[in-house]
Parts: sequence; structure tokens; C-alpha cells
Amino acid sequence: MSHIVIDKERCKGCYLCIEECPKKLLKVGKDVNSLGVHLVEFDDPNHECLGCAMCATRCPDMAITEVYKG
Amino acid sequence: MTTLTQTFKIPESIKKGSKFSFCPGCDHGVAVRLVAEVLDELGLREKTIAVASIGCSVTLYDFLEVDSLEAPHGRALAEATGIKRARPDKFVFTYQGDGDFASIGMAESMHCALRGENVTAICINNTTYGMTGGQLGPTTLIGQVTTTSPTGRNVEYYGYPIKIAEHIALCDGTAYSARVSLDTVPNIRKAKAAIKKAFEIQQQGLGFSFVEILATCPTNWKKSPQKAHERVREEMMPIYKPGIYKDITANN
Repeated sequence: MSHIVIDKERCKGCYLCIEECPKKLLKVGKDVNSLGVHLVEFDDPNHECLGCAMCATRCPDMAITEVYKG
Repeated sequence: MTTLTQTFKIPESIKKGSKFSFCPGCDHGVAVRLVAEVLDELGLREKTIAVASIGCSVTLYDFLEVDSLEAPHGRALAEATGIKRARPDKFVFTYQGDGDFASIGMAESMHCALRGENVTAICINNTTYGMTGGQLGPTTLIGQVTTTSPTGRNVEYYGYPIKIAEHIALCDGTAYSARVSLDTVPNIRKAKAAIKKAFEIQQQGLGFSFVEILATCPTNWKKSPQKAHERVREEMMPIYKPGIYKDITANN
């Protein structure tokens, strides 16, 4: 099943990925990292992720380190 | 069980464990990643010498797993010329900002293109001096408010902004000159294609290749990353039109 891997320490909280996701599976979460930013959460209960990697292409900090399609 | 295909990974040319030191939402991160991806795809990592410049682009050598030099302000293409002439077998590219490339380094950049040196230059254009606090730069748009033009850039006092890709395309030594943007994912893919083309032109030994990348500076523009991309689309792209201005390999 398609999914993404988020590196929590890389995320700087610009939230550019949230707009980019065609299925709107990314949202601002409650957890914070050492920079003190609210992390982006990947929430895909219905397995809608396409594995298109648009979020990872947009992310300026490579916080979305891996994307799998399948 | 379905098989998984990996559609994205961190490029191997990025140093392991390194994290970008750019501000949140800064397009420099995307540009450095695209360069690393193209180095991976063309298999150039082991024979590349990168030349970094002054500005936010200076941190390039902290992130790329290639041999790098650091040039004095504006002189990246002068250094690249020396490296390429001494070691023609190496792949040489510079990574510069617009203040470095088109203000203090205008003479070096323009004459490198006129000499037709077989190197590649990548210029990040964010219409301001990002690292030093958002002063007026050579590419600052007319009417744009910066810390040194608090009432906006006026033509009577500051003159007009420079369109770098067009000027470089006019030089006879230039083999490839393009302007790309990083405001949307399709444009990021086009930017990668342009960087790849520029690198291939150097590999073929055809002459000077140049890519200008329109990027954001959310911190100094005092905008959110999302609004900064809107500004690129609505204010910068109508004046700095993306496109390929010169390509000597094109058929027509």
C-alpha cells in the first residue's frame, strides 16, 4: 500500500506539502520536534495515498524522505 | 501481497545526515535537491567540482557530496574558468544567487558567457539579498519594498531590474540559457529538466550553459511560504518569463 515516510527532525513547519497532496492526506499535527514546530502528520485511514510523491517534490527540506507506490 | 515501488528517495549526492540550514519554505532546498538528483542521474558525482558563491547559496558545499570550492563574492565563474581550463576532464558548475551573479559578479559572469567557457552556472533569483537582510538587489522588481528601498524601488533613483537569462542568451559563447520557476510541482519538474539539459551540454563540450531559477525568500519578503509562491506566480513570472532563451542543440 502506498505511503510516505516523514523525518520529524527535518520538518521546519512550512506546510507547503499540505496544499500539494491531491488527496488531502497531510495535516498539521499536535506533536512538536526539537525546533518547536508542529509536525506534519500523514493520515490515510482509507488507503487513498497514490504514491505520486508530489509532497516530497515540493518539500524544501526533504522531510518526506521516502515515498512508496504500490 | 503487492510490490512497492519507491517513487522518491533522498539523492545519493546529498551528504548523509545533513540537514538544510535554509529558512522554512525557502526554495534553495528544492534547487539543491534537484542539482543532486541530476548529478545522480548523469553519474557525475565522482568527477564534479562545484563552486559556491557568497549569499545563502554559500552553504551548498555542506550538503552536496562533491568536491567544492568557495569563491570570493561574485567570482564563482572566474574560479570555475580556472578549474575547467586546468582540468578539462572534470565537470564544473557554479551555484550562485542573483546578487552574486548579476551585481558584484556581473563582469565575471558576462565575460565567462562571452568566452564560451564550458561550464554550467545556476543562478537563484529571489529579487533580494537574502542572507544580509533583504536589501535591494539587481533583480528587485519596480515598486518592491526592501530594507534599502522602504518606499519601493523607483526607476528614477534605482533604474530597472536586469533580466539575466535574456542577457546571457545574447552572448555568442552561450550554448544554453533558460529560466525556470519553483512555484508549483510541474514547474519543479521543468526546472529539473532544464538543469539536466544544461549539465548535458557541458558534458558534450558545447559551451556555456546557464539556468536561472525563480525562487522565494519568505523571510525577507515577510510572507508565508504559500503567499511567497503566489508572489512568484503573480508578480515575478509576468516580468521574468520562464522559458528557454537559447539552446544551440534545438532543431529550429
